[in-house]
Amino acid sequence: MAVIIYAESDNNTYKKSSLEAITYGKDLANKLGTSTIAISMGTVGPQNLGTYGADVHIHCTDNSLSSFNPQTFANTISTLANNNSGDVFVISQTYNGKSIAPLLAVKQDAALVTGIVDIAETEGAFTVKKTAFSSKAIAHVELTANKKVLSIIPNSYKIEENGTEVSTTEQQVGSASANTTIVSTHKETGKIPLTEAELVVSAGRGLKGAENWHMVEDLANALGAATACSKPVSDMEWRPHSEHVGQTGITIKPNLYIAAGISGAIQHLAGVGSSKVICVINTDPEAPFFKAADYGIVGDAFEVLPRLLKRVKEVKGI
Amino acid sequence: MKILVCVSVVPDTTTKITFTDNDTVFNRSGVQFIMNPYDELSLTRALELTETTGGSVTVITIGEADTDPIIRKALAMGATDAIRVDASPKDGMYVAAQIAEQAKEYDLVFTGRESIDYNGGQVQGLVAEMLQWPLINVATQIDLENNEVVASRDIDGGREVVKSSLPCVISAQKDLCEPRIPNMRGIMMARSKPLNVVAATDKYDYTKVSKYELPPAKSGVKMIDAENAEQLIDILHNEEKLF
Repeated sequence: MAVIIYAESDNNTYKKSSLEAITYGKDLANKLGTSTIAISMGTVGPQNLGTYGADVHIHCTDNSLSSFNPQTFANTISTLANNNSGDVFVISQTYNGKSIAPLLAVKQDAALVTGIVDIAETEGAFTVKKTAFSSKAIAHVELTANKKVLSIIPNSYKIEENGTEVSTTEQQVGSASANTTIVSTHKETGKIPLTEAELVVSAGRGLKGAENWHMVEDLANALGAATACSKPVSDMEWRPHSEHVGQTGITIKPNLYIAAGISGAIQHLAGVGSSKVICVINTDPEAPFFKAADYGIVGDAFEVLPRLLKRVKEVKGI
Repeated sequence: MKILVCVSVVPDTTTKITFTDNDTVFNRSGVQFIMNPYDELSLTRALELTETTGGSVTVITIGEADTDPIIRKALAMGATDAIRVDASPKDGMYVAAQIAEQAKEYDLVFTGRESIDYNGGQVQGLVAEMLQWPLINVATQIDLENNEVVASRDIDGGREVVKSSLPCVISAQKDLCEPRIPNMRGIMMARSKPLNVVAATDKYDYTKVSKYELPPAKSGVKMIDAENAEQLIDILHNEEKLF
């Protein structure tokens, strides 16, 4: 029995959400009275995963793992789990994690729950909490199979640096070659990916046009935040679809969500409602978003955003 | 080219979510049900592809007879025929097993990125693995070239273009296409198109929802005067310690 955690990396660095998954896995292993095995692939820097709670760290060096393919990655994790009696799997719900988790569940004949937002309850029935109805509800789900695959929403679990003594090995697992080919990859450089951002500045139709987005970007840059937008804004192509948060866009769960000129329709709240602190700036005091906010300013984004920017610069000394 | 499009029937996006039976069952009374928006996209793209390359589009749903109006809508949009697996969809694994059972004769299986009710995003990966077919997840563009699929998919912080041989499973993301609206002719024709009801295979009983709850309510908004907007930054910095 062991808890297996997939430690995903990007640009030679472990993703923050993977470190969250390792802490989650360690806390779960403690509850179950077992140990953790973190599995990494491709090229990654020398970061010590024991810091976050890995008892064993297996790094896979197969050439076939140098670029992402759901099948080869899931195969590798599954093979290592079989070799090391792994039976509970913790995966961070990144885009790649979303593809790996279901494949792994079928390979392992395991129960699968995605969208998990809290540590599992292990006294009595093994139960997890997951988001449902596009963040409008939380479901408590019992996993009745012996093996379990848990997919955790990024930014749901706090990283802890307890410093476990870790034993690290490198292995070639010998997974079959990929069944899809990556033709090209395009990544936004120098920008914080929205799905991983802790702070997000977002704006809607109230900004009146794409040419005014520098106000949003300036504030985001000063804060070290990612930028997002509402559905009408991406529909009108003021901003790329990859920035659209809401029911049919991306669901995010940052620590801070600042929304300027967004009224807060139920479909928008579905994508951002579980943000920890929500600040709403809107000229309309009756905007529904204020009801879901922690802080609100009734005012014109064109006046408020520059004031916020100036103050952020003063506070941060930039 | 035979494409199987998986359609799920979900509450309308504006639905107020409530529960019955001690918060163990979603309250369906008075709820308007729609075709899952991502499934509308994958169905539309499947129709566009078969209209250029030839072939057929079959829709499949796992549901009871009350899902028939949505299946008829899919047929009115242009699907050739439909399969309804007569069962209540228990969870992702169960639904995937039903689809995998029906999918073997097809060249492509299309799904949405996720359903907007349970937000699992599981079925596409589960079906792919059950059939041992390649998976292209969260696709924003799907084209067929020389009997191969070329698709653009979302990744963290960007996009990648992926190629796969057939058969394979693809899930649709927003941006794929504009959803097609059925026209009167389509609606008339849909009435006589085949809707085959089949029995479910009894596989996988691995998860169970024991309870639902609503997310904790916000304790109330603290309003800040626009003239003192700077205060917001001070609170976020000093009290909330967010940066």
